[in-house]
Amino acid sequence: MFTDEALDIVSVESQWRKSQQLAQESRGCQTRPVRTAEVEIQALLTSDNGTQTVPEDHLACQLPRDGELLPELSRLMDFLNRVEGMVIKELSTNAKSHAFDGFDVNWEDHNETVSCMHRLHHPSAQEKGLHVTSVSWSCTGSVIACAFGRVDDGDWSTEKSCVCSWNLDRRGLDPKRPDTVIDVTKPVMSLSFHPTVPSLIAGGLYSGEVVVWDTNRTQDPILAQTGLSADTHREPVYQVAWVPGSRRGEVWVLSAGSGGRVLLWTVDLDQGRLVLIAGYALVGKQVPHNSVVRKAGGSSSVGVTSLALSPWDSDTFLVGSEGGLVLKCSFSAQTLAAVSPDGESVSLRAPAQFSFSPRGGPIHSLHFSPFHRNLFVSVGTDGLAHLHSLLQADPLLSLQVSDSYVFGVRWSPTRPLLFAAATGQGLVQVFDLGRRSLRPAATLDQLTGGQPVYCLEFNPRRTDLLAVGNADGSVNIWHLSTELTEQGHRETAQLEQIANEVAE
Amino acid sequence: MAEVEETLKRIQSQKGVQGILIVNAEGIPIKTTLDSSNTAQYAGLIHQLVMKARSTVREIDPQNDLTFLRIRSKKNEIMIAPDKDYFLIVIQNPSD
Repeated sequence: MFTDEALDIVSVESQWRKSQQLAQESRGCQTRPVRTAEVEIQALLTSDNGTQTVPEDHLACQLPRDGELLPELSRLMDFLNRVEGMVIKELSTNAKSHAFDGFDVNWEDHNETVSCMHRLHHPSAQEKGLHVTSVSWSCTGSVIACAFGRVDDGDWSTEKSCVCSWNLDRRGLDPKRPDTVIDVTKPVMSLSFHPTVPSLIAGGLYSGEVVVWDTNRTQDPILAQTGLSADTHREPVYQVAWVPGSRRGEVWVLSAGSGGRVLLWTVDLDQGRLVLIAGYALVGKQVPHNSVVRKAGGSSSVGVTSLALSPWDSDTFLVGSEGGLVLKCSFSAQTLAAVSPDGESVSLRAPAQFSFSPRGGPIHSLHFSPFHRNLFVSVGTDGLAHLHSLLQADPLLSLQVSDSYVFGVRWSPTRPLLFAAATGQGLVQVFDLGRRSLRPAATLDQLTGGQPVYCLEFNPRRTDLLAVGNADGSVNIWHLSTELTEQGHRETAQLEQIANEVAE
Repeated sequence: MAEVEETLKRIQSQKGVQGILIVNAEGIPIKTTLDSSNTAQYAGLIHQLVMKARSTVREIDPQNDLTFLRIRSKKNEIMIAPDKDYFLIVIQNPSD
């Protein structure tokens, strides 16, 4: 009844699992692609500008503001209404009036003659045969200082020399005895009084040093000096001048010499030194040539024999060279000079902007007209005085001053048409452009026995005085006649005409 | 204020007028067309001069008084209209 039986394997699938699997669902989700970007920016050049003005505190504190005026305004208006009619009537009749035409007041005795008031000299300098190389009036106009040096001697000189000054207002003035004598170990080639402080004098020496003396300090008059540093000139300094500094009331010393450098110094009182602020070098190949006479360039420096500052434009100065070049230069020039640095503390710049037609020999003196912003006069060894306009290369006028050299030239501070020139024959020739003849209006013989006159300077305050420095070691003070000092009718207009007519 | 400016403009437009200055009785400049240093100089000096001129006139005749002051110089003419509170100073170059 029982039998073996083999049964097939029965497999039961798991329902549970299946159902579980069935219930599964797969989901997917995708977002839009995220875009990212990166941007970078960088400026290579940055620039920063600032400006500052010095407040006109002077006026600002005086003039009341509009608001403060309000209560007074009606009274002010009343006043103006009252006087306006009368003032306008008077102004218009006055403009038409001929009542004063040709009327000239006679306040002073007309001085018809030109006379030599003083003949100043320093015996010990005269014994040594030193020349007066430079003269300068103090800002008050009462003190004349002169520098003793040597012009004829090309050698390196270690001769002792001095700077002397006389106060012309002092009672008992002794022309043989200066009021102050500053001994200097080297010949002094140039001199300039400080524009506001009457006791300060800047001087340039033959050795290339620049010194500032204070005549009030009797023991050690040297206030500041460059010493023989790498910064200073290495050849004679032919010109020193004071120029306004960057801050109000500050003045710098400008010096120029035959080494072809024009250097700007500030006085460091604490250290008693002159510190170089800016330097300019004139190099042959960087001189702008506008004429056919193009010299073989080269890196030789242009020796500066004279320098003039513009009274109108504090950025402009003129340079006269040993080679007869007259260059218009700018203090703000940025081009670097083509000279290899030689230990200077500032990099030298090339200031020349414009070259006037060159002359035959050294330009000994240059001077800007105090009455016209474009006019200047230059003199040199060719014996001619050239009247130039800043705007053109060729001279407006060329005057024969002397058969010999001409060493100095100065415009009259009062007469727009007048200038005086110092000649190698011991004469000062005064030219009046109003005369229309090319002969001197006056000749002042310096009684030097034919020795040259090296420098001359009009007194800035007492404009009828002219100081003349001579090769025989004397300084002559001339009192000029009214004709040479009183501005005539329409003289400024005539000068303007001269400046314009030839520019055509 | 505009009215004051108008008046000054009218005066300035006259022939040859170089500058105008209004100074108060203390000699302090109220209005000026000159630069600061000239203003200070003119205000101070002219104020003194007007006071002096007025006292001269009144001392000669106490019933009299200064009404107008004109100064003729080589370069220009200065006209001053005085008043209790203000002076009007006009500088003119009549030959301009």
